[in-house]
Amino acid sequence: MKYAFSLLAVTALILIAGLGSQVPGMQYLFGVVIPYLAIMLFIGGFVYRIMQWAKSPVPFSIPTTCGQGASLDFIKQDKLDCPTKPSEVVARMFLEIFAFRSLFRNTKSELHNGPKITYESSKWLWLFALLFHYSFLVIVIRHMRLFIDPVPFWLSAIESVDSMLQIGAPTLYLSSVALVGGILLLFGRRLVSRHVRYISLSNDYFPLALILAIAVTGILMRYFLRTDIDIVNIKKLAMGLVTFSPVIGAKIGSIFYIHLFLVSTLLVYFPFSKLMHMGGVFMSPTRNMANNSRAVRHINPWNDPEIKPHSYAGYEDEFREFMVDAGIPVEKELTAVKDEA
Amino acid sequence: MYNKGTIIPGLIIFVLFVTFPIWFNGLKAAPAPKPELPPGGEKKCIESVEYMRANHMQVLNQWRDNVLRDDKRTVVEVEGKKYRKGLQQACMQCHSNKEKFCDNCHTFAAVTPYCWDCHLTPKEAASKEGTR
Repeated sequence: MKYAFSLLAVTALILIAGLGSQVPGMQYLFGVVIPYLAIMLFIGGFVYRIMQWAKSPVPFSIPTTCGQGASLDFIKQDKLDCPTKPSEVVARMFLEIFAFRSLFRNTKSELHNGPKITYESSKWLWLFALLFHYSFLVIVIRHMRLFIDPVPFWLSAIESVDSMLQIGAPTLYLSSVALVGGILLLFGRRLVSRHVRYISLSNDYFPLALILAIAVTGILMRYFLRTDIDIVNIKKLAMGLVTFSPVIGAKIGSIFYIHLFLVSTLLVYFPFSKLMHMGGVFMSPTRNMANNSRAVRHINPWNDPEIKPHSYAGYEDEFREFMVDAGIPVEKELTAVKDEA
Repeated sequence: MYNKGTIIPGLIIFVLFVTFPIWFNGLKAAPAPKPELPPGGEKKCIESVEYMRANHMQVLNQWRDNVLRDDKRTVVEVEGKKYRKGLQQACMQCHSNKEKFCDNCHTFAAVTPYCWDCHLTPKEAASKEGTR
């Protein structure tokens, strides 16, 4: 039912934008006001969340160690999975961010007759996630052609590679197909796999449903519902937005406003949801710390500076008489201490 | 706040990325394109202006399939004048200047249609004739 709720919420958003943008005069709200609010909330919320995380102390050195740590010279250290130097941490983070290495290590536990439990490597999540995230990135970059002028060479190059199959006109983008495929696989995974379905919440389904709706409305607008979809008018509006001189000029089809409203919703939703893993992946102490707690002391920021370190020698000095009285063995006897004095 | 040295530059890079179109354009909106009307003075196309603006690429694609794949070289008639289906045969009979008509919007919207991989613009065609 949780996925049904998410689908329903997205349907409601589509209806709001589809009907709302048809009311005369409301195009300014859907085309200018809401997108501005959304991008401001996105940047502000994103920075706020990161600052909140940056203010949270890391009391312990807690890197996840997934390989052999630095030890004796003849034991080979797994430098990526148990980094001790900043350069190794950077390499680990780089692969985590660009190749989703921790998803690649995913294992699936299964109970067989016996009873026997097996841990099988499961690469599906990694594969779907890679497909989804990279196609989404390409799509975001591609959209820049509507916001900038002149369009630089590299942007046109990305676009021509993305449409290299030259199917139809306007040409089909490979990233559109990959994005829809990726979302459907990620969504399907949550429905089909019983373990994942059990732990899936509305806030897992909703972003997937929302991004799916964004992709589908975009594809419909580009290839099918082309009534009043003149790219020149759309670029005029987009250029107006980024040059702070927005104008609603010619009539633009409602599918455009639906697409734009869903993107605005995504932007507003982003900082306050699980989608913040975009910033969070950089902030995760289990990934971005070096496993060097035996070489470098990790100071807990919570520590009260008034509380000084108390060594055992100091402790014994303080309580020696009582310890001797109670028959607790001490390192320096009472007489030895007196002799020194 | 902890790790200021890395988090603040990271946030600045993030904001720069998100606001890329703002500082790239420098707050100057590009002038809207004004495609040149047919120099011959023709006023009517095969469909309305709005339809042609939104759908011309699909029409051309359809024509391409009709002519080259299905061998349906039907004739298009506009105001009594007959044209053979095709970009050069029909469209460019009136919209004769590719640079001032097609490219005008295509450059603005950063669209690079692959029509011209095979087709010649009237200008190019004329120069080819001359060299032959």
